[in-house]
Amino acid sequence: MTFEQIIFYLFSAVLVAAAVGMVTVRSPVYAALCLILSFFTSAALWLLLEAEFLGLVLVLVYVGAVMVLFLFVIMMLDLNTDPLKEGLVKHAPVGFVVAAVIAVEMILVLQSAPFQIATPLNPAPANNTEALGAILYTDYVYPFEIAAVILVVAIIAAITLTLRRRPDSRKQDISQQVQVKRADRVRLVKMKAETKEQA
Amino acid sequence: MNIVIAMPEIFLLSTICLILLLDVFLREDCRMITYLLTQVALLATALLAYGAMDGEKTTGLNGMYVRDDLAGVLKISILLLTFVVFVYARKYLKDRTIWVSEFFLLGLFAVLGMLVMVSANHLLVVYLGLELLALSMYALVAFNRDDGRSSEAAMKYFVLGAIASGLLLYGISILYGLSGKLEFAEVLTYVSSQNVLENIPLLFALVFIVAGIAFKFGAVPFHMWVPDVYQGAPTAVTMFLGSVPKVAALAMLLRVLAESMGAAQPGWAQLLLVFGLLSVFLGNLIAIAQFNLKRMLAYSTIAHMGFILLGALTGTTEGYSAALFYTITYAMMAAGGFAILILLGREGFEAETLDDLKGLNERNPWYAFIMMVFLFSMAGIPPTVGFYAKLSIIQAVMQAGYLWPAVFMVVMSVIGAYYYLRAIKMIYFDKPEQTAPIQAELDFNILISVNGVLMVLLGLFPSALMGVCSAAMVASRL
Repeated sequence: MTFEQIIFYLFSAVLVAAAVGMVTVRSPVYAALCLILSFFTSAALWLLLEAEFLGLVLVLVYVGAVMVLFLFVIMMLDLNTDPLKEGLVKHAPVGFVVAAVIAVEMILVLQSAPFQIATPLNPAPANNTEALGAILYTDYVYPFEIAAVILVVAIIAAITLTLRRRPDSRKQDISQQVQVKRADRVRLVKMKAETKEQA
Repeated sequence: MNIVIAMPEIFLLSTICLILLLDVFLREDCRMITYLLTQVALLATALLAYGAMDGEKTTGLNGMYVRDDLAGVLKISILLLTFVVFVYARKYLKDRTIWVSEFFLLGLFAVLGMLVMVSANHLLVVYLGLELLALSMYALVAFNRDDGRSSEAAMKYFVLGAIASGLLLYGISILYGLSGKLEFAEVLTYVSSQNVLENIPLLFALVFIVAGIAFKFGAVPFHMWVPDVYQGAPTAVTMFLGSVPKVAALAMLLRVLAESMGAAQPGWAQLLLVFGLLSVFLGNLIAIAQFNLKRMLAYSTIAHMGFILLGALTGTTEGYSAALFYTITYAMMAAGGFAILILLGREGFEAETLDDLKGLNERNPWYAFIMMVFLFSMAGIPPTVGFYAKLSIIQAVMQAGYLWPAVFMVVMSVIGAYYYLRAIKMIYFDKPEQTAPIQAELDFNILISVNGVLMVLLGLFPSALMGVCSAAMVASRL
């Protein structure tokens, strides 16, 4: 077993354990942390495949940005996850059977000849950041632009679904504040002077 | 590169961005301007797509984009159908005080996604177009956010849609692993060189891809989302979802299965046969038990999608043209049927159940007649177009040698006619339960009348549209 293989199996084992943990742990915060761990280990696997750029982007984007936001959301929401887990024991057997069938099928397929390749057919370029950059804006400019449009739709959808005027929220209206008159704020009340006996 | 080839898409995207910017500066009572610009954009894009039809098959943008007559026909039908649907939707949105421009903007983005799918010549582009369409659709379904059912439907649609996209992507990735190609012509070269039924990895990829496509059609056994989403979404969105994207789904089927994997037809035809027969069976049977009109139409959609899949599985030019004809005419019927539902509803009241149809003839004979035409057409009763569409599919299926599926389709259509006729009986022979007047603006009235009359005209003279469909197939060498 070469050193590379040892590293591969080590990271794969951690990845599988983290993925299982993500689904099974009780607390959503732990689940998110497990997901972060699995992202990290898959980034390491990518580095082993000499895809440095993708490995680094996975860490930067998913771990650095997406999952941190995710953690914020989880901590801010008052999540009650118990109802979500109610059916787990009941549905687990069916899930296991389906998963097992698909896993066996995939193993059978991936053992077939076309996938038994020891080395990549095309050698990886020395600098794959440069290689990706060179084709992203030239050969693949059309899919790239569509992906950009998809992100715009995501922004519009998020704003449409969440931005709302809530009548119960308290906020300042500067123009009203400036226009305020003395009469709106101060009320002069005429009272009879109190005598000693009344007090 | 040849960027100019994608002129309709580029024009539509630029216009969407302009409308998006303009809309920010418009006052709330000027929403009409956004709406009108949207409609103009749709018509102008349709003109551009029409102008690009030259009978040639040209690829561009590094082989990712294809321009042929099939794309032209599909694009024009998508754009015109969306135009009609938006006219109908305007009444719904105005009545409900959800008259906001996001509906039209997200709708335009969905249309852009469909155009991308229609003109795709590369599996990656098909996937991206599909995602663009799906993402806009999820947002549209959840669009009435004060309605709990609508959010639930969107959530369901989103989760199941994500799984389906995952299936499709997984199939594409295995195919890429096998062939090393994603461009349709190159994939076809690879598939042609293989013995499909013996090549287990290729069949494995095929199963995932077909499952992803069947989900988009809403065919059994991937139909679970259809009734809930149709019922939960606002009726205007259901109308859009239930009509226009079906054309795009057919485009995906034709491009991915027929064009890039035409040589694997024996492989995917078996899958489509099972999906199609199950859809025709379950859709028609379960629709009988539905009291909610939107759910009933949802199951009826499933049955119709079964017909389209069965037409497409033949792998012949006749089958493909019949499927295209069926899809376009079905989208017209579905839009019209849901438009009548919009017409029957008003502020604070959604026409959803069969009871709401009762006595429509007494309330307004013309609308009752049009609804009857739509229902007849869905049931496939002559002289409406639905009859000819079903007939041409069954003809193609028989010519391809599938005798008992053809018989089964006829039997199921007869069973399905029951629930359409029950609705017609309620329209004409029952006493009305509602007395509120039914009224709509002039543009709505004109379009719904044209839509209804077209159903009869196309049924009497189907050869014009059928000719366009088969000419497009021949030009695209399908």
